[in-house]
Amino acid sequence: MPTVSMTVNGKQVKADIDPRTLLVQFLRENLRLTGTHVGCDTSQCGACVVHVNGKAIKSCTALALGMDGAEVTTIEGLASGSQLHPMQEAFRENHGLQCGFCTPGMIMTAVDIVRRKGHDLEEKLIREELEGNICRCTGYHNIVKAIGAGAKAMAKEGSTQQAAE
Amino acid sequence: MSATGIGAAVRRKEDFRFITGKGQYTDDISRPGQTSIYFLRSPHAHARIGKIDTAAAAAMPGVVAVLTGAEFAESKLGSLICGWTVLSKDGSPMKMAPHPALAHGKANHVGDGVAVVIAETLAQAKDAAERIVVDYEVLPAVVDPMKAAARGAPQIHDVAPDNTIYNWHIGDPEATAAAFRNASHVTTLEFVNNRLVPNPMEPRAALAEYDPGTESFTLWNTTQNPHVARLVISAFVGMAPEHKLRVIAPDVGGGFGSKIFIYPEEVVCLWAARKVGRPVKWTADRSEAFLTDAHGRDHVTKAQLALDREGRITGLKVHTTANLGAYMSTFSSAVPTFLYAPLLSGQYAIPHIYCEVDAVYTNTVPVDAYRGAGRPEAAYVVERLVEVAARELNMEPATLRKKNFVRTFPYQTSVASLYDTGDFEASLNKAMKIHDVEGFGRRKREAERRGRLRGLGFSAYIEACGVAPSSLVGQLGAGVGLWESAEIRVNPTGTVELLTGTHQHGQGHETTFAQVVSERLGIPIENVTVVHGDTDKVQFGMGTYGSRSGAVGLSAVVKALDKVENKAKKIAAHLLEAAEGDIVFRDGKFSVTGTDKSVAFADLALQAYVAHKFPTAEIEPGLKEGAFYDPTNFTFPAGCHICEVEIDPATGETQIVAWTAVDDFGTVINPMIVEGQVHGGVAQGVGQALYEHTVYDDRGQLMTGSYMDYAMPRAENLPSLKVDTTVTKCPGNPLGIKGCGEAGAIAAPAAVMNAITDAIGTEKIEMPATPQSVWAAIQSVNNNRRAAE
Repeated sequence: MPTVSMTVNGKQVKADIDPRTLLVQFLRENLRLTGTHVGCDTSQCGACVVHVNGKAIKSCTALALGMDGAEVTTIEGLASGSQLHPMQEAFRENHGLQCGFCTPGMIMTAVDIVRRKGHDLEEKLIREELEGNICRCTGYHNIVKAIGAGAKAMAKEGSTQQAAE
Repeated sequence: MSATGIGAAVRRKEDFRFITGKGQYTDDISRPGQTSIYFLRSPHAHARIGKIDTAAAAAMPGVVAVLTGAEFAESKLGSLICGWTVLSKDGSPMKMAPHPALAHGKANHVGDGVAVVIAETLAQAKDAAERIVVDYEVLPAVVDPMKAAARGAPQIHDVAPDNTIYNWHIGDPEATAAAFRNASHVTTLEFVNNRLVPNPMEPRAALAEYDPGTESFTLWNTTQNPHVARLVISAFVGMAPEHKLRVIAPDVGGGFGSKIFIYPEEVVCLWAARKVGRPVKWTADRSEAFLTDAHGRDHVTKAQLALDREGRITGLKVHTTANLGAYMSTFSSAVPTFLYAPLLSGQYAIPHIYCEVDAVYTNTVPVDAYRGAGRPEAAYVVERLVEVAARELNMEPATLRKKNFVRTFPYQTSVASLYDTGDFEASLNKAMKIHDVEGFGRRKREAERRGRLRGLGFSAYIEACGVAPSSLVGQLGAGVGLWESAEIRVNPTGTVELLTGTHQHGQGHETTFAQVVSERLGIPIENVTVVHGDTDKVQFGMGTYGSRSGAVGLSAVVKALDKVENKAKKIAAHLLEAAEGDIVFRDGKFSVTGTDKSVAFADLALQAYVAHKFPTAEIEPGLKEGAFYDPTNFTFPAGCHICEVEIDPATGETQIVAWTAVDDFGTVINPMIVEGQVHGGVAQGVGQALYEHTVYDDRGQLMTGSYMDYAMPRAENLPSLKVDTTVTKCPGNPLGIKGCGEAGAIAAPAAVMNAITDAIGTEKIEMPATPQSVWAAIQSVNNNRRAAE
């Protein structure tokens, strides 16, 4: 079996894997990072979004082998120690989650939206940018609010850069 | 109101684990030696199963076992059941066909499991399943409920001639017919309540483990009611005695009804785990979810409303054909009957109602309760009829509604429901004010100038929640009681565990239940943990569905808290050397009336366990009380939703430009969470009205089996919502709660369709009102107008 090595949440990892292993399977099964979820099999729902080299991707649609040498950040790596990332805090403060299953992907996408679109996000833009993330519980109302608030909070903490890393 | 008590928008205690990726859903759990199971499913909607050759599959790498429906049949395990017996008009019981966990002899829908492979990895199990050879003799299939009972239709189950499960009715046919004879106006509508796939974002999963040392099973399962799952798998399937089966429902990622039911997969995982002697895990992929999760709705209805000259409703006649799919799922029989027809009076005093429901089998996925379950279908019938009647009579829709509202309570409807309380005009008026209905004409003209069609639609819905009084549902055929249980365990240091038989899968019980305890005992909310979802930890409970957790589950909590307080007062009397009758409990302190003597709750808790200072022959040590609460009636949340749409006539695209919801849920424990429930419910109702549609072809192939072709509502498809409440407290339970979980999904479809039909000027359009169908409806209106000119 071929070997893959990458940095996940700042930690160097290396494993021999079946070549068809998807990144999401590698994270969930090999590394036991189960915060990244699988909600569909057609790359539509976004429950599996992680950051690879600073950009959001759907980890259900990437082969782990293709990530050799990459820097991967998952939901487990977003907070710094016990200090929540402002976007995590915004989801809690604005009741942007109910069952929690889509939440890790939503938060990782939200941080990526801020990286690409800045801190002052109009509701319409947030809604368009969430095209690749499905939530069945919240009707998105509070997710949209949370992302707007989280974006502003990230400006205060100057954490765009940190999130992109 | 305390900062964390009843009525406070407390931020959720459970959120931390979810926002940090520390939630523990079933698929996140792994057991030592665990194997993966893959279900080989019938690709045919209706086929005889001949020989199944598993030899090549069994020889594939990593394969532990290959098992078929024939082997499952040999196990002598029982069938899955529908637990609610509905009788036909002639008194005969519904025709429930066997539902084996693996099909044997015949497959009855695409997705029916015929064999399984258990292997070291899921990939190996899938590879091996490709080598299984099944001889199918394909039979003609029937998918359309209107064709299922027709002569010559393919017969699915021997026990059900003409594929008919029951012909049920409620109400007085003669009196209703008389009302129609005397009516000065009759409004008639025919419509399809479209079949939906619930689609919680977490797919269903099961992880089963057998311990030969204790001859006991553990099942981790995506279920809304772990005790009910254990009961059915034990008492009906016969997998293991109830005390030898532990069911754990850990974090569950949404349910919306679809995770109430007992499915074949958990049964097969348990069976296979004992057979192979290792833990067996199954997690549905989304395609499997579409093919196996119970679907919702799927009614074909003709409804007529009779009115007198002044616009008073004098009668309602409804005929519904309900498609229950290939097998009767756990509660399927009750959905189009007792959860549907008793709500057909809506918010109105309708003296005579008669409703007939025919339920049929088809070669499709089983249909059962989905958010609202029968009540969205009823609200759609009533609210579409009322709106159309108003248009036909040239009355304002609000005026016609007000003329017919129930105004005195309790109100006995002509379809069995006894409405306990409500103020329907209050929610209608408040919604109209918030929505600025007065300004609609101006907004419509302004939209016309931009070439857009603007429409306004009301939905003044009512639902029956807080399921349900046990003896009443027993009379109606339910195989279980629908009470709820709770236990309050006060620890020696004064922290509390609240054990509840309800289950949360997004509703936030870990917060709202803790709020009730925090306020009552005067302790910080951080000192309360809510325990649920494990049959080894929690006493028997009925689970979460039907907006029952607040109205029924919290009532049990209050009862248990009453008992805790009573016992604590006895202990306090000894500690404070006073008469028990002089002890008052307020703000977390027991004190003696008229003195400054008191003992704090936590200190009393310690004394209860130390047991030095009271006679233990009279008062047992410890402080832990349990309670079972059986409701006296359903609860009746009601409200008014107003939807405003704008339609581009060139493309037929509908945009919801404003939404106002004013709901009466009785007492609200946490307004933030309640608003969230309304948002989510409305989103699912809007999904039904505009986007979601389950399509089968004539051969029973599911054409909408993934997110590429089943349109889930996305963020850009939905509006921001204005959500508010009015309050009439429910008189039937101690906190006055009515329930809020399903309201949005019940109210929304009629509001959307009333708005669209208002905008385009025809009632001839079905859900989902896709751009294509809206465009076509606009063209037919234009053509008719041209023809008339």
